[in-house]
Amino acid sequence: MSNISLSVNGKAVSAGNADPEMPLLWYLRDVLGLPGTKFGCGIGQCGACTVHLNGSPVKSCSLPLAAAADAEITTIEGLAEGSQLTALQEAWIELDVPQCGYCQAGQLMSASALLASNPKPTDADIDGAMAGNLCRCHTYRRIRAAIHRAAGATNAADDQSSGSSL
Amino acid sequence: MSAANGIRLTRRQLLGAGGGLVVAFTIPACGGETKTPATDLASNAWLTIRPDGSATIFATHPEIGQGVKTALPMIVAEELDMPWERVTVEQAPIDESTFGRQVAGGSTSIRNSWEPLRRAGATARALLRQAAAETWSVPVNECVAGNGQVSHQATGQSLGYGELVERASMLKPPPESQIELKARDQYRLLGTRISGVDNRATVTGQPLFGIDQQLPNLRFATYVRAPATGGTVARANIDGVKTLPGVVDAFVLDPVQPPKGLRGGVAILAETTWQALKARRQLEVEWDFAAAATDSWETLRSDGLERAGQSGEVLFDDGNAERALASSAQQISASYVYPFLSHAPLEPQNCTASVEGNTAEIWAPSQTPARGASMAAEVCGLNPDQVVMHQTRIGGGFGRRLYNDYVVEAVAISQRAGVPVKLTWTREDDMANDLYRPGGLHHLKGGLDEKGRLSGWHNHFVTVTSDGEKPSSTAGMRLGTFPQHLVKNYRVEQTLLPSGIPTGAWRAPGSNALAFVSNGFLHELSSAADRDHLEFLLELMGRDRQLSWRRGSGMDTGRAKAVIEAVGKQSNWGRTMPAGQGQGLAFYYSHRGYFAEVAEVTVKDKQVRVDRVFACGDVGPIINRSMAEHQVVGSVSDGLSTMMGLEITFTSGRANETNFDRYPMMRMPSAPPVEVVFLEDNPSPTGLGEPALPPAAPAVVNAIFAASGERLRELPLSKAGWGWMT
Repeated sequence: MSNISLSVNGKAVSAGNADPEMPLLWYLRDVLGLPGTKFGCGIGQCGACTVHLNGSPVKSCSLPLAAAADAEITTIEGLAEGSQLTALQEAWIELDVPQCGYCQAGQLMSASALLASNPKPTDADIDGAMAGNLCRCHTYRRIRAAIHRAAGATNAADDQSSGSSL
Repeated sequence: MSAANGIRLTRRQLLGAGGGLVVAFTIPACGGETKTPATDLASNAWLTIRPDGSATIFATHPEIGQGVKTALPMIVAEELDMPWERVTVEQAPIDESTFGRQVAGGSTSIRNSWEPLRRAGATARALLRQAAAETWSVPVNECVAGNGQVSHQATGQSLGYGELVERASMLKPPPESQIELKARDQYRLLGTRISGVDNRATVTGQPLFGIDQQLPNLRFATYVRAPATGGTVARANIDGVKTLPGVVDAFVLDPVQPPKGLRGGVAILAETTWQALKARRQLEVEWDFAAAATDSWETLRSDGLERAGQSGEVLFDDGNAERALASSAQQISASYVYPFLSHAPLEPQNCTASVEGNTAEIWAPSQTPARGASMAAEVCGLNPDQVVMHQTRIGGGFGRRLYNDYVVEAVAISQRAGVPVKLTWTREDDMANDLYRPGGLHHLKGGLDEKGRLSGWHNHFVTVTSDGEKPSSTAGMRLGTFPQHLVKNYRVEQTLLPSGIPTGAWRAPGSNALAFVSNGFLHELSSAADRDHLEFLLELMGRDRQLSWRRGSGMDTGRAKAVIEAVGKQSNWGRTMPAGQGQGLAFYYSHRGYFAEVAEVTVKDKQVRVDRVFACGDVGPIINRSMAEHQVVGSVSDGLSTMMGLEITFTSGRANETNFDRYPMMRMPSAPPVEVVFLEDNPSPTGLGEPALPPAAPAVVNAIFAASGERLRELPLSKAGWGWMT
């Protein structure tokens, strides 16, 4: 049917006869066996399925496989360099960001795309970039603080400097 | 399977397998009493210390984001005096005969595990000290355990736990009376901030959750239920669906004890989830709605408001509320309304199951996994011991996964199809087939005496009933509902409205709605009396005393007053606020936790910004300070998210809101800063998954009144045009 080829976490993948309409999310999860990218709503509302397409954050639940042809896809499994975590991932652990953890892959993919284009984001920048990612446990304040931490902010108006509990 | 075998290892087998020390302890079925640590190592729960000095501690309860996978092992490690860096946490197999009740619900995990887990750690420490004493031929009371080793000061000797394992494992555990527990001032680990044990796996996308399970030859299933609860399949184009690309099977399942068991529907199995979902578009079903729900929230609401103004059946009648109201110096009345809610955990319901012959193996994100296993056995016609249930990490619980309907579906589908199956609900499936937080209505009358004190309380509660006799699940009002027992003249009448909508526990069941009603109306009363609300609440609590409702769960008014006073200081309560800003206060006792919260808001043209929330809680000593604060912040935010925009309405028994585009949960820009303070004098810890949520919405609603003079009595606020300030 299709001869879609793409790159996933640096590896070339040939989608063979996969349905070009299949959302990238299900291709990653069910065909490639990469379950780190999460299904949450299927309509691009929650952001749990966020991956990078050529470096930009996209909602993989709403992206047909055909639209990923020849693209470089990065998923949460490919965010770290081997066992070397990114500053964002380290900050997530240091600030104990996750509660249930289900949304956090999508949060990290949105956050890493933000830092790639805006290394020192303000609170408003972060809010703008992260508003597409729902967290049902409401870990938002720690996510924002962790992004600041990863960005190396020392005096950002984040929760720590304003005295709130993280 | 290996884990299940592991807990049945005998001492000899274990030593042969590497010489670990395995410590037995018993978790009582319910909180409070403890049992003597058993000498039979084959029948109990475990921690293992290995010869290299590292330890594995089993996390026994389901992890739904409340942090017990980290907190429960911390309790063991504290009493063991084991450095946290040397602890590996493993999720325990489901085996309630060994581990006691393995449930995540009712904020009970910490409370019920506190005593037995401390004893488990302390028993191991005692064995290690005894082993050291024997090694050195010195009295055991001269051997001090700490930081993973035992030392003897007089001779300057010390041995790591690993070096003591072999000798310790041959010893008989000391009797319970000789187990010494640490005093609180000796704690090194409890009360500190420990990052969650799964965090590294979470941020690297490792498979942790139910939905992540993979098996050889796994088929992916979708299951189509009737759009109105209780509907069944009359006819479906099964043969046509079976020919669609990737589809490997399709069939109709008849209901078995719905809605908490198997709802009737059509299963479609395919080689990928996507193919199953795509085939579902071609599915045509003729439903039989004869037994289905027909509710409309609009009708329930308008009927309810009408009935609330009339009288109902008397539920509680303390003193004489009628007379108190009649003789009060001032009387006010108001009606409060709150809607049905969906749980909407971000991980949709799902289950992976393999039923083959006389065995079933299940991977499920369930808050009640043992119950899920027994329901699975029942629907498959198997014995409970033919079912193995694996605990997975759970992408949000909120009460939804106390029920195992999705487990029953997955095993029924796997058994019928004869293949291993991963069933994934769509978001629409999830929100249309929930066991909803019930909506309700209250008509309140309150009386104030000449000094502005609360003299009488009258509440006509209109709620739903599925059986026509009693309130639907979690839709009732219990003895001791705030402010019962605090006001002498208190009367609750109840009217039941028939409803076919299935309901169930939603984070802080009952309290999540009743706190809004009672705290809002109390503030109306104190405002009518021109009283300071904090003083009004303290006066309501009266002298320090333990109220007794049921099973020792009554509120301690001294602890209640303490959190109210503390949050007042914390928030600088009562200071003059600029125009358009206001403070609001609310208190609630639920799940044995005490929370007083003050919100500060800015209001303009029905737009609200929550500038800050101060939360003061008393749940006894804090185990993991990081997650404890995190739970409070999350609970407050969850309460406000729900308050502002969330409701499930129904038309003809069908949910109208079935995805996040119509169920607008709070997003990052609206999440308020929350400052958390804990009062920790009480010696016994209780749970934190729920009790911080109930006061959040009424604190904000009361603050909105203070800021704007607008009294909001119906949730969600968006119904009347309110929204978050952007």
